[in-house]
Amino acid sequence: MSSHTTDSSRSNYLNAAYGVKSWLLTKDHKRIALLYLVAVSIFFSVGGLFAALIRLELLTPEGDLVQPDVYNRLFTMHGVIMIFFFLIPAIPAVLGNFILPLMIGAKDLAFPRINLASFYVYVAAGILGVWALINGGVDTGWTFYTPYSSMYSNTQVTLVAMAGFIAGFSSIMTALNFIVTVHRMRAPGLTWFRLPLMVWALYATSIIIMLATPVLAITLVMLMLDHSLHLGIFDPAQGGDPVLFQHLFWFYSHPAVYIMILPAMGVISELVAAFARKRIFGYTFVAYSSMAIAFLGFLVWGHHLFVSGQSVYAGAIFSILSMLVAVPSAVKVFNWTATLFQGSVSYQTPMLYAMGFIGLFTIGGLTGIFLATMGLDTHVHDTYFVVAHFHYVMVGGTIMGYLGGLHYWWPKISGRMYPEFWAKVSALLVFVGFHLTFFPQFIVGYLGMPRRYHAYPPEFQILNVLSTAGASVLGLGYLLPIIYLTWSMRYGKKAPANPWGAVGLEWETSSPPPTFNFDETPVVTHEAYDYHHRTEDSRVA
Amino acid sequence: MPLDFPLFPEAASTMAGQVDALYIFLVVLSAFMSLLIGGAVFYCAVRYRRRSEDEIGSNFHGSILLEIVWSAIPLAICLLLFFWGAKVFFAQSRPPADALEFTAIGKQWMWKFQHPDGQREINTLHVPIGQPIKITAISQDVIHSLYFPAFRVKKDVLPGRYTTVWFEATKTGSYHLFCAEFCGAEHSKMGGQVVVLEPEEYERWLAGGAAASQSPAEAGAALFEQLACVTCHLDGDGGRGPALRGIYGEDVTLNDGRTVVVNDEYLRESILTPAEKIVAGFQPLMPTYKGQISEENVFKLITYIKSLSGGRETPAGGAVDESNVPQDAATDAATEDTP
Ligand code: HEC
Ligand SMILES: [Cu+2]
Ligand SMILES: [Cu+2]
Repeated sequence: MSSHTTDSSRSNYLNAAYGVKSWLLTKDHKRIALLYLVAVSIFFSVGGLFAALIRLELLTPEGDLVQPDVYNRLFTMHGVIMIFFFLIPAIPAVLGNFILPLMIGAKDLAFPRINLASFYVYVAAGILGVWALINGGVDTGWTFYTPYSSMYSNTQVTLVAMAGFIAGFSSIMTALNFIVTVHRMRAPGLTWFRLPLMVWALYATSIIIMLATPVLAITLVMLMLDHSLHLGIFDPAQGGDPVLFQHLFWFYSHPAVYIMILPAMGVISELVAAFARKRIFGYTFVAYSSMAIAFLGFLVWGHHLFVSGQSVYAGAIFSILSMLVAVPSAVKVFNWTATLFQGSVSYQTPMLYAMGFIGLFTIGGLTGIFLATMGLDTHVHDTYFVVAHFHYVMVGGTIMGYLGGLHYWWPKISGRMYPEFWAKVSALLVFVGFHLTFFPQFIVGYLGMPRRYHAYPPEFQILNVLSTAGASVLGLGYLLPIIYLTWSMRYGKKAPANPWGAVGLEWETSSPPPTFNFDETPVVTHEAYDYHHRTEDSRVA
Repeated sequence: MPLDFPLFPEAASTMAGQVDALYIFLVVLSAFMSLLIGGAVFYCAVRYRRRSEDEIGSNFHGSILLEIVWSAIPLAICLLLFFWGAKVFFAQSRPPADALEFTAIGKQWMWKFQHPDGQREINTLHVPIGQPIKITAISQDVIHSLYFPAFRVKKDVLPGRYTTVWFEATKTGSYHLFCAEFCGAEHSKMGGQVVVLEPEEYERWLAGGAAASQSPAEAGAALFEQLACVTCHLDGDGGRGPALRGIYGEDVTLNDGRTVVVNDEYLRESILTPAEKIVAGFQPLMPTYKGQISEENVFKLITYIKSLSGGRETPAGGAVDESNVPQDAATDAATEDTP
């Protein structure tokens, strides 16, 4: 295969057909990825708007900007939208959808119609969610703990649970598609251990989605029945068990944390390899660590219940299993760092995001150990310490990975380069703004400020003001890419097939790729990230 | 806006030092690891920056030895933290036998406390210093969580089931008391102060308040008559129901052959849903009192029944007691621990 620049004026997936219908009814995984990109960006903006209002309210201790029940709706909708409609679909459905077939040399995903259906199921769920929002929203927290949600809240619990239920099917469809595609559609010569680590990560994620999402679906159905028909499954007054809900909920929602972070880890592996021009250190360990995380992730849900009255022995088992998850996560971080050693490192924007990810994820992961340590969790559970921890993982991890990947593959997606200067500015703003927003929350959490507090004691104010200041910097950092990426679609410099000099099948086809991705099916003869073979080949050529 | 703000919470219980030690260890460990990784990334990024357009990295891309080292070290540290954290947690979960017994009832959006002598308070709790305090808590509606940051303890307060939290204050003063589990509109207002007093001051405070006319056990005895429990539960054998003297803390055999230990949780269940567990040798005659006795009164009845076994050591409360209750019966699921 050659990596020369292809004439980009020729037919590609963007100019192959015009008109609204050609987009809305497309079965091309690349166009569906763009549909998802638009949709998740809208949800991200809505979720971000809620976050802004939350931070504004917390500028003062009194709780004077909005009423308490408005505040409760704000943080609930922020969580629901960000998790179910942004973080879970973002990397798989946008970047994964676009890049997975290209990475394995396939013409499309295995089931293009299911792919399109998954998008509309997602949109339907989103519309239902927004409708619920307009009709009063929901105030239970995204965790929907019973019996508050089932028996006491008179907000739109049933509608929002239904939206989450439906969104789950969209995830399942995407996951099914990815699993079958990886099994059946790899290019000749592309063995499992030649797969890019992004593919391993998406594969592991898909398995989690397939196994965990049905449990969420069942849990949400029970919640809907309890809320609308007062069946009392979770109501102790009727012989039900409120804590049972927490077990079922976290049986999905802890793995969901890995649904959100594993794909980002896959992206980081790609970025580190490409911008160090070096094979990922310990490839097999990084690949297997994704599988290990996927497996262990199912066995640790009870670490959310240490102070729930759960048996201390059950707590101990969940604690030790949670500790084990730290190992494959640490293995990844060490291997990425070792990849940079003796690399040829360049600092384009995607690499800045990757380095930012390593920094933020390290802190997010280490603070996870604080929470898995039972005696310490007793104090910090349900405080801002937890809020800070999961934002370091979800925002510092997933969103950094998402933005890094978006910039990295943007030339492939749009056929244009993004403006490097502005992109670097935004990466810097995101990194600085992020720390400023969330680091103070660790401190205020250890001081004892509970989460989901509309008003708080005055001695916590300074830390909250810092956090709000950081959030405005962070917000600016997120706004910039929306502007300049849109701008670059039209005015950006035309991108060559392989602007980064990276190896990987996606860089061997033109930017943007033709509708069926490759003019001829590529044949793979080398390991992933094999920079040495490529230079030898080109020397021979 | 107060410009001098704390970075570290007040430490005012015997538990606080143990939790803080874990915290400080982890903070130092995290700082070290973050600097190590951040430093390595920074060093490599500068040292190995790309010098020419077509430069590529070296071919050094794996080392089993390194993989083993950097898996084993985190594993060892995590296991250490597990054991250390579990030790602290077990201490937090096991109230000493001589603890003063308080009760708490959570409801949207207030905490109702009762002192061992019957004194009651709302959203404020006065406790003596240097005395283990055990609070048995239950919620009247949704899940709440009783949280004393200065003591580093917290426990969810559930509807339909007792949980316990304990601490021993080491410093007089007034500290925050929060509800940590989201419970609806006024969640952030559901709290107040815990006031730690010298023992004499505590006595004076108790005497100064609107003194409770009866102790909880006396009030329970009165209820026992009023609710006609006495008609079946005689002071000796021969009643339609079992005699209740001396049962607290003992094992009782049920008609399906299981034995359970009589603790607060069991007593609560026996009163509210007697049909769940039938004492061997008796008929399921006892009427259910579910929905008819307030949680306050259930507490009083239990205190009374406990007083009939005076001086007995308190078995661990429902939340931390799993050794004696078989987990097989499906009917247990709702009330026992749900691992
Ligand atoms: C109609 C008679 C009757 C009345 C009235 C009654 N009980 Fe009972 N109670 C029984 C019987 C029979 C049992 C044993 C069968 C069982 O476990 O349900 C029992 C069992 C108990 C037990 C468990 C005893 C053990 O040894 O394990 C407790 C505690 C108890 N009752 C408390 C009360 C209280 C408090 C009241 C009043 C609010 C009350 N009972 C009213 C008949 C009665
Ligand atoms: Cu979890
Ligand atoms: Cu609350």
